[in-house]
Amino acid sequence: MRWIWIDRFLAYEKGKSATTAKYLSLAEDFLTAHFPGYPVMPAPLILEGMAQTGGILVGDATDFREKVVLAKINKATFTGEAVAGQELVYKVELISLRSEGSIITGEVSADGISIGQAEIQFAHLDNTRAGQMFGETNFVFTGELKRMLAQAHSTAKP
Amino acid sequence: MTKDEIYQKVAGTLVEALNVDEDEIKKEAKLQGDLGAESIDFLDIVFRLEREFGIKIPRGELFPESIFQGDPDLVQDGMITEKGLKELHERMPYAELGDFDKNPELSHLGDIFTVDLISRYIDYKLNQTTKA
Repeated sequence: MRWIWIDRFLAYEKGKSATTAKYLSLAEDFLTAHFPGYPVMPAPLILEGMAQTGGILVGDATDFREKVVLAKINKATFTGEAVAGQELVYKVELISLRSEGSIITGEVSADGISIGQAEIQFAHLDNTRAGQMFGETNFVFTGELKRMLAQAHSTAKP
Repeated sequence: MTKDEIYQKVAGTLVEALNVDEDEIKKEAKLQGDLGAESIDFLDIVFRLEREFGIKIPRGELFPESIFQGDPDLVQDGMITEKGLKELHERMPYAELGDFDKNPELSHLGDIFTVDLISRYIDYKLNQTTKA
């Protein structure tokens, strides 16, 4: 199973910015336990969605040659909650890109109302010491994810 | 910018990057040994210094990864070779490596990265920029 927290790309500018959407439904497993009778999306999962949006933006900026992994959450602030039935929108910008890492900033809104901001740092494993430990196979941007992205491109509205 | 102003800004940058208290930052404080920096923090520090001082820090310039990675030309049996030491001196003309030269164990290389060393590096970079 892949841990995907993005349903759709709404806007995309290679190497600059990405906007994605996640549609929250009561059918989501995690909402039954978080919390019983009060289903809200856990903030770490909101951050994961933002990191995935940013990670794909960063990965694509170097044509998916790098293993891009979340290294550090520099800042994260939440001012609201996301509940079932809402559309979460992640707006992410790539603010720094160097061979061994990158930084994105992002804002997340629920049904159009901002509920949080974050700054996230990624490490590029092939260009850090970690490259020696993790080998050649790009387990971050696998064939499966690239196929999904290709499908997303082919079904994108003009 | 004076050396003291540089130090103050470096200290503020390290407080943010390493999530430590201001009073933990001293000139001689080692980033790893005293301030708890991990390898991923070095990348964060580079990003923040670039932003804070408006400079470009080329890869491997502040934290020479070829030596950290144990390149066999530069490191043998856990000790930095003569060639490795020469490279360190060339890459880090702003650093005071006196004691380290006497017993250049790779495992102690992290100890040379102190708050003072980062400040000296920034001073060196800013002077280079002015000269250029």
